Order: sequence, then C-alpha cells, then structure tokens
Amino acid sequence: MTDAIQKPEKKKSSLLQLDARTRTRNAAEKRFKAYGMIAIAFGLLMLSILVFNIVTRGAGAYQQTFVALEVELLAGKLDKKGNRDLDDIKKISTFGYTPLLSNALEAKIIELGIETDLKAKKMVGILSKSAAAQVRDYVLNNPNKIGETIGFEFLASSRVDGYLKGRVSRDSIGNDKNISPAQLDLVDALKAEGCLAKRFNMSFITGSDASDARPEAAGMGTSMIGSFFMMLVVLVLALPIGVAASIYLEEFAPKNWITDIIEVNISNLAAVPSIVFGILGLAVFINYMHLPNSAPLVGGLVLTLMTLPTIIISTRASLKAVPPSIRDAALGVGASKMQSVFHHVLPLAAPGILTGTIIGLAQALGETAPLLLIGMVGFIASNPPDSIATGLLSPNSAMPAQIYEWAKRADPAFYERAWGGIIILLVFLVTINTIAVILRRRFERRW
Amino acid sequence: MSTTSLLVIAILILATLGYFLASKRAISTAGGDRRKLHSLPVYYGSNAAMFTAIPALGVLLIWLLAQPMLVEQNVLSTIPDKLITEGSSIGLVMSDVRRVADGLEVVVSTGTLSQNETLKLDTEQTDIRALLAGVGAVVGSDVLPEVLEAAQNYRAQTKTGQLWMVLIIAPLALIGFALSVLAAKPTFRARNTVERGILALLVFAASLAILTTIGIVFSMLFESINFFKLHSWTDFFFGGSWAPNFRGDSDLSILPLLWGTIYISITALIVAVPVGLFAAIYLSEYAGPRVRAFAKPLLEILAGIPTIVYGLFALLTVGPALVRVFGRGEEGLLGVEWMSGATAVLTAGLVMGIMLIPFVSSLSDDIINAVPQSLRDGSLGLGATPSETIRQVVLPAALPGIVGAVLLAASRAIGETMIVVLGAGAIAKFSANPLEAMTTITTRIVSQLTGDTDFASPETLVAFALGLTLFVLTLGLNVIALYIVRKYREQYD
Repeated sequence: MTDAIQKPEKKKSSLLQLDARTRTRNAAEKRFKAYGMIAIAFGLLMLSILVFNIVTRGAGAYQQTFVALEVELLAGKLDKKGNRDLDDIKKISTFGYTPLLSNALEAKIIELGIETDLKAKKMVGILSKSAAAQVRDYVLNNPNKIGETIGFEFLASSRVDGYLKGRVSRDSIGNDKNISPAQLDLVDALKAEGCLAKRFNMSFITGSDASDARPEAAGMGTSMIGSFFMMLVVLVLALPIGVAASIYLEEFAPKNWITDIIEVNISNLAAVPSIVFGILGLAVFINYMHLPNSAPLVGGLVLTLMTLPTIIISTRASLKAVPPSIRDAALGVGASKMQSVFHHVLPLAAPGILTGTIIGLAQALGETAPLLLIGMVGFIASNPPDSIATGLLSPNSAMPAQIYEWAKRADPAFYERAWGGIIILLVFLVTINTIAVILRRRFERRW
Repeated sequence: MSTTSLLVIAILILATLGYFLASKRAISTAGGDRRKLHSLPVYYGSNAAMFTAIPALGVLLIWLLAQPMLVEQNVLSTIPDKLITEGSSIGLVMSDVRRVADGLEVVVSTGTLSQNETLKLDTEQTDIRALLAGVGAVVGSDVLPEVLEAAQNYRAQTKTGQLWMVLIIAPLALIGFALSVLAAKPTFRARNTVERGILALLVFAASLAILTTIGIVFSMLFESINFFKLHSWTDFFFGGSWAPNFRGDSDLSILPLLWGTIYISITALIVAVPVGLFAAIYLSEYAGPRVRAFAKPLLEILAGIPTIVYGLFALLTVGPALVRVFGRGEEGLLGVEWMSGATAVLTAGLVMGIMLIPFVSSLSDDIINAVPQSLRDGSLGLGATPSETIRQVVLPAALPGIVGAVLLAASRAIGETMIVVLGAGAIAKFSANPLEAMTTITTRIVSQLTGDTDFASPETLVAFALGLTLFVLTLGLNVIALYIVRKYREQYD
C-alpha cells in the first residue's frame, strides 16, 4: 500500500483522452468485427458469383438458332415408284433426304443473291444433323405432301448457334473440322437476310437428350419425367414410413437401449455420404433383387432410404412441438393412446411434417451421386415413357444425372445445356422451398 | 399379368370384403345396438382387413425375396464347371441363364411357342438366340446346351416355387379372413387388437432405419470379403499405388486415394472454417436483427444448392479462373506455368469450402447462441470489449461444440462426391502441390462402378472395399462429433 502512495503516476489517465492501450484494444475490436463482416461478404459474394454464373451461362440454352428453308419434297427422290406406299417411303433413310436440304439451301442462296463458293455438301453443314430426320418424319406422317414445297424451320448446327451466341469466334475455329470461315460468311449473309435467327427454344424444356454430335437438339424434358417418377416413389414410401417411425419413437417407444440404438442410428444415417446409399442400391436392388438398371423405381428407392432420416428428424421435431396438454385432454375424455395420437396430435403436427417432407424431397431432387451408381447416366434418355409402369421401370435419367452427363461430354455446347439444366433444377428447388416456407408461415402454430 | 400381382389384388379384395363383412357382423351380432359393442364397428372391420392382408402380404414379401436366392443356389449347383471358362465367371453364366429363362417366359406369354414346345427346345435344332431376339430378349452369345438346360431347370423351379407360394399364401389369407370375421362379436376387444397391430407396424417402420444400416454394412461387407479373397489386404491398406488394370494384376491401394481425399478436405476446411466461424460470430454477436434476417437465409441458400451445381461451378468457372492465375505461362496473370488443367486439389477444395460455409456457420451459430448470456454480461461488466468477450469467454465455452461442427463438416467433405468427380481429376498420387489434379475415394468408387462392370473382378469389387472404408471413416467422425455436441449441450440445459 505504501508503494502506491510513494510512487507518483507516470502518466495521467484521462477519460477524455484515449491511452495507447485502449487504442490498441479498440483497434482489435474493430478488426475483429471487420473479419466477421468480411466473412459474411465473402459468403454472399460467392453466392452472387455462383448465381450470376448460372444465369449468364445458362440463359443461352433457352435461345436456339433456327434456319427457315422451303424444301421441295422431290417425288423422284422420296418415292421412286410413285405409288405413295408408306413401306417404300420408309426405306429411304435420312441420307436420302440430305440432297433435298442442300437443294433447298442452294435455292435460297441464289434467291437471296448471296455469293459463296462452298460446295452444297459443306453448305448443309450449317444445319443440325437432325434436320434430315425432321424432314423424314414429316414425310412419313404426310406422304401425300410429296412433290410439294414445304416451309421448314431447322435447327442450326451447334457451331453456328455458338457463333451467333458469341461462344464460337472466327479465331477459335482454327482446327475445327465441323465449321469453316466460309460457312460463317454464309451464316452472316443468311442472318442479314433474316432467314437465320435466334429465338426461344421450347424444346430444351420439353425435349429429350440427344447424341454427342447434336448438342443443339438436346433437352431436359425426359429427365424431368424421370425425376418426377423418382419423387413420386420417394413421396409414397418415405412419407408414411417416416411418419410411422417418428410416431413410434416420439409417442410410444419406451426409454431403453433398443430405442437409444435406433435414435443414434437415425442421426448417423442422416450424415452417411450419399454415395454409400448408391452402393447399397447397386448391391441390394440391382445385383440382388434384379430390379432393372437405370429405372426411376430403383432411384426412388435409394433416395427414399436417403431422405428417411431427414423426414424422421423433422417429423419428430413437429410432434414434439405439440403440447402435452392436447394428449392429456384426449386421454382424459377416454381416448386410447393410439386415438389421441392419430386423432389429435398428428393433425396438429401435420403442417410441420409436410414442410419437413417437402424439404426432404427437395434434397432428394438435387442428389446425383447415388444415381451414378445405379446407372442413370451414360445413355441417351430419348423416349418419354408412355405409362406409369414404363415410367417407373424403363431406363430413364434424372435432372441432376442429365446435367452431369452433359458436363462430362466436354463440348462447350453441352456445357451451355448443363448450365441451362441447372436453371430448371434450381427453379424447381426454389418453388419447392417457397411452398415449404409458405406452408410453415400459413399453418405454423405457436402454443 | 403375373401370378404375384394377381395374388396381391386377390388379397386386397378379400381384405376389403372382410372389412365390410366384419363391421356388418359386429353390428348384427349386437342386435343392431352399437352400444353393446366393445369397440366401434370400424375397429371390427379394420381388424378383419388387418388379419386378412398383413400376414399374407408379409409372407409374400419374404417369399419374393427368398425364392430367387434359393432357386439360384439350386441351379448353380447343377451348372457344370466346364462352363466357367477363361474370362467368364459363375456370375456371368448365371446371368445368362437368367436371361434365357426370362426370354423363354416372354416367348410363352407372347404365344410364339406353347409351354410344352419350349420344354422340348433343343440347341441343336433351333437357334435359341434368334428365337429370344424375336421377342426382344437379347442374349450376348449363342446359347449353350448346358445353359439352356439350366435355364429350363431355373424356370421349372421358379414355377414350382410360385405354385407353393399361392398354395401357402392364399389359405393364409383365407384363414385370417374367416377367423377375424367370425371373431366380430360384441365381446371381442377389436380396438385393442387393431391398436396392437398398428403399433407393430410403427415398430416395423422405426426398425427400417436399423435395417438400412444393416443393409449398408452387409452389402459392402460381403463384396469386400470377395474382394479381399482376390486381392491381398496388405496391398489394399498399405500399398503405395493405385493403378487399376482391367486385364488383371492391378495395384489397388487406398493410400493415394486417402491422401487425395484428406488433402482436398483440409483445403475445403481451411476455406470453410474461418469464414463460417467468423460469419457465425458476426451474426450472433454483432449483427442487428435486420442484417441477421437478411444475411442468414442468404448464406443458407448455399447449403441448399445441389452438389452437381457446385461440381459444374468447379469444373467450368473456378478451375479455368485458377488456370488463368496460376497457369498459361506468359499469358497468365502471374506469368507462371504451375497449373495445366482446370481440375486440381485447389479447385475442388475451394468450391467444397464454399459449400461447407453455411454448414459450419449455422451449426456454430446454434452453439454460440447456446452459451448463456450471463457469461457475456459478466465479462462485459468487468470491462472487456465485445471481441475480448467473444475470444476469451464465449468461444472457449463453445469450443467443444465448434469442434463437433468442424468434425461434421469434415465428414461431409470426405464423403462429398460430385464436386470431386468433376473438379478434382483422376490421377492418384502422393503430392503436396495443390495445383495438381488428384483423386479421392468417392471419385474412384464412381469410376469403378459405372460403365461396364464385372462383379467377379477385383477392379470392380474394390469399390465396395473403398465404400466400406469411407463409411467407417465418416461414421467414426459423426459418432465423435455427435458425442461432443451432445455432451456439450447438456452443460447449459
């Protein structure tokens, strides 16, 4: 104590003046706060880069270049015998239709007065490889039109499409066998005359996947149907099983080691990597039960097992939120335990259960890894199913698997499709989650 | 329509019938006076439906699962060894047999041949392959006489099995129907019985979770055992290289893959943990309600984006951007040539880190919020600044929980598939250079199990051993993390 009196203070502290130590402490405080803000800003920045990327790169898939041409369906080429017999017409493959296309293109070029020294075969290169099939399908459906001149709108080839979208430039096609600068000159001329133009591409949303050589014709439609059937299976199986399991665990289960194991098990299953569920599906559903490969039914079963823990956890939370007074009241007026749960607790918990299920579905919709193992990639999902049974059992793809498939094909035109597919997938996810949020807001009850 | 679906429909019709008959009978035995019944008529009906349908359907399910296995084993024992030639395996022969048998079934059902004619088929006289192709069943090679014989055997046994199935299950349903309808009397406690039945169903549903785990473990365990019969386990766990070779004699060691997995996961955690933790601290300690209401859901959007989107983002955006910085020699931003392709550890790690930010931040947010306010008040009252309070009081109190959250994030990172499949590359090697392509356990599982797979070769089966290792690894992390989180929570509740 005496020391304190004897030693005079070296520095006078003042409330009005900050000393050095306070200054460093305040600076540390500011720095710390800034780190937090930087962290949040970093997260939000990444989110915006991601969204910006998806939108700018994917938007192209919704626009496609079309070429308008009048094709003369020469009777001499398509129906040499002249008796309009459908079987004879069918014998002519798409190769037989290519000359019609080059004739039509040549006629157009002469009509418009465009100068080009391209050979007819090269000229057709600006059209999609599906153009001949398009004419053939038309002829097979309308054999009586042979001999007439019909106006068609053909898809342009993916390189031409990329040229119009700025993805392909004259510099970048140096070693490209599929397109030459002369063809691009022709494209420019046709574009100036207005018979080659970009417009909205509905077939990307409704169409099927196409082979490697025709990215311009590929669409998401069939894989959307595949995803739909998978979600149907998930909903039909995961909702009742999940709710039943949660009711048991929350309302009936005695506290013993068995229920403890089940509980620990469920929370661990929720964190098992999704690819492990894919291995399970491959080993059990395909190798053991011999269910068909690539079928949405198998995909649905695997995703059911994967989403069950999520649904159980959220259902238990909403059952827990129903106050015990409701159960007591029901029991008090003579209901059995089972009646009190099914007649009173469950209806009150229903909105929460529904929300949890919808979020589980959203998770399942975007899941890819298990689908790779049960074979939902690697083929061209081209035929939309015609009934529920074929929809469940015939091979199909699913939205995320289709996106992966396109990403793997290593062609910028398919990359554009992949981003475009992501937009559709995200639109679905946003819709589903919005429904969940609205349901929660609308029906949520606070006790 | 197949026998099975007819049987199911018959059982369901019988159950519906039982429902109405039993509830009617209950009322009529009570002389039309419902008050004399022990339970509501609905329960008598449900009781009948339950006893008709559930035992029969349950036995049917077990039968359907067990029969193919038993038949297969019987047929398998009759197949002569000489069929299993070079480059073939018992599994391949068996799948041929199955395909021929299924094809013959279609032949009969489309009416191409009658049942008796198919039994007399002979590989010498008819071209079975062409016959099957005619009905849309494709068989890989010409059908050998032994395979045809086995297929006939398979069909015969399946037929007998189905006959027995109907003979056992139909009476079972009928007995249940008769007993439960007859039991519908006023003194019968129908509600209690029905409720016990419902409880049994609930227990069954809850045990499905256990069954799934058992399924996961066993499906991988059996195939892993097969793998270790073909390939030495010392090479798998301690060997130094991964070089699958579909002609056999491959190096299949998990160590290079494990290194890639851990390296990428650590890169991801280096991004995710500081960002996620600081975001959580800011949101729970500094941010006002408006910032919180705005920033928290936006950050959580990152968690809802499917991983395939992140995979594409890594492959097509982040990867090329990194190449522009670290690669391309003179044309690059740094003028160096360190990175040649878009796929690299850094690409996958960065993107995975972004994906994990909301995971770390929302878990830590919960944990930081669970620290009692009194601790903060005490520290602030002693004159500490808010950041000192957080660093010296809140974070130490929340530390176990945060460690748990980081472990959970690590388990997510190890098991993540799509980002690494698209962004990490396919080269298995030990390297410390984050700009090189490396591969992970999950990518190898995908590549070994997609495309043409032969479930008798170690190159395919190794995927199951990898899967089992992955499962054990993530399960261990989860168990530890959940234990830590749970233990920590109990302190303040």
